[in-house]
Amino acid sequence: MEHTDLIVCRDLSLGYEGHSVLSGLNLRVRSGDYLCVVGDNGSGKSTLLRGLLGLLPPLSGTIQRAAELERGAVGYLPQQTKAQRDFPATVEEVVLSGCLNQKGLRFFYTAAQRSRALMNLGKLGVLELRGKSYRDLSGGQQQRVLLARALCAASRLLILDEPVTGLDPAAAQDLYKTLNYLNRKEGMAVVMVTHDLHPALRDAGTVLHIGHGGTFLGTPAEYLASPYGRRFKEAGSFLERKEPKEL
Amino acid sequence: MKEKNQKNFSALCGLEINQAEATATRCHMSLLDMFAFPFIQRALIAGVLVSLCAALLGVPLVLKRYSMIGDGLSHVSFGALAMAVALGFTPLYFSIPVVVAAAFLLLRVADSPRWNSDAAIAVVSASSLALGVLVISKTSGMTTDVDNYMFGSVLAMSKADVALSVVLCAAVLTLFLLFYHRIFAVTFDESFSRATGMRVERYNALLAILTALTIVLGMRMMGAMLISSLVIFPALTAMRIFRSFRGVTLCAAVTSVACFCVGLTVSFAWSTPVGATVVTVNLALFLLACGASALRRR
Repeated sequence: MEHTDLIVCRDLSLGYEGHSVLSGLNLRVRSGDYLCVVGDNGSGKSTLLRGLLGLLPPLSGTIQRAAELERGAVGYLPQQTKAQRDFPATVEEVVLSGCLNQKGLRFFYTAAQRSRALMNLGKLGVLELRGKSYRDLSGGQQQRVLLARALCAASRLLILDEPVTGLDPAAAQDLYKTLNYLNRKEGMAVVMVTHDLHPALRDAGTVLHIGHGGTFLGTPAEYLASPYGRRFKEAGSFLERKEPKEL
Repeated sequence: MKEKNQKNFSALCGLEINQAEATATRCHMSLLDMFAFPFIQRALIAGVLVSLCAALLGVPLVLKRYSMIGDGLSHVSFGALAMAVALGFTPLYFSIPVVVAAAFLLLRVADSPRWNSDAAIAVVSASSLALGVLVISKTSGMTTDVDNYMFGSVLAMSKADVALSVVLCAAVLTLFLLFYHRIFAVTFDESFSRATGMRVERYNALLAILTALTIVLGMRMMGAMLISSLVIFPALTAMRIFRSFRGVTLCAAVTSVACFCVGLTVSFAWSTPVGATVVTVNLALFLLACGASALRRR
């Protein structure tokens, strides 16, 4: 598969009102990449995502986005808000709203958009839920529905902000499997912020660590060998013994 | 209450005194005759249109957890109305810009992580109420005016109000017809909508302006203390019954208009204040809807 650049950041600084949260970052996301962003709380992971989505202009440096990502064609899975959990809307309404960026001022969605929505629901194994109300779903099902919506918005790049927060371990595993499938089989580039390091080290092609001590970018193996990764390895060594193959 | 109503009638609408007295002494009249009174006609038209707008705007406001903004705005509109009367301005021309400005302010406060937003809204509400009462007590004195502003009067709607509510309603309906799906997307998930290139702030601003207009228009009939329930109740009731956003939106609109018509009729028949009656009808329907949804869940 051809690997084209989707997002290229050069010497990027991001921040709010002149205060930089994140500086000197060089990063390249290519089609088919799987990048996990890990790091301490408040180290600027969410700020980076806002930058990659084009919602936050850089303080210095550049973010180049591929032409196909312009017009907001990014599949984004934001953190769920409290208000969303009991929102009265059918699954179909939610997923269709992912098609809005291809829709003009027409009142109705086109047949093509509807079938795209249904196809993505099917891909994530939640097609039978389409008539159900979003608020009646379990956390894992809600996350799948939101992922289907993100797939409607974009076919090349998914950006996820802590997707497993609030999910039980089984649902989290399911979600990681789905992401892995989308990445391997469909060539979808994935950028994910997570606190959960194991999947990051198991599935990701690249790990970006952002911390107050500095940033690290490399493969999972290199990350584990680095000072940042070693700290985690010591802390998580009991897990390593349980799942030796996965690390 | 009847006597007081009569006094209000005579004070407020010169030509309609005789009709109003006839109302008080009606024994042989059927309910349909109430529509013979011009003030009832105006109240009905403006009330139906304002209820419709309030219900439609209320759905996204309630779902976004902005209900308190609606409440805050009604208090601000009380303060603005008191000032307008004291300064000798036409109430609408003065209140509309003030309340629209307040709507922007409250929206910013609600979205800002630096503010404790519900505390800020409570402070704004109480302050504008206090200022309004001070201004009234220093000018016309604490008379029936305050009572009318606080709890509304069926006589308050002028021809200009009716015309303005037609325009407002047209604007709200156009907004919902053209941008229904976008309103849904922004209401459901602002972050996602922003990431897909939507100008979320514009929708929020438009919602705030239209809500402010609805509240200013409706408050003199419904009362400053009661108008916010017109925004909140229909959405809450509809959310108990329907599971889809479309269902909730349509149901809120129908519920709100129906409750207003029932409320106006009851208030006429039993000489009760129209604002409080409409809110009570809304409350009754909400409780029914709660009961129905509890039964369905079992």
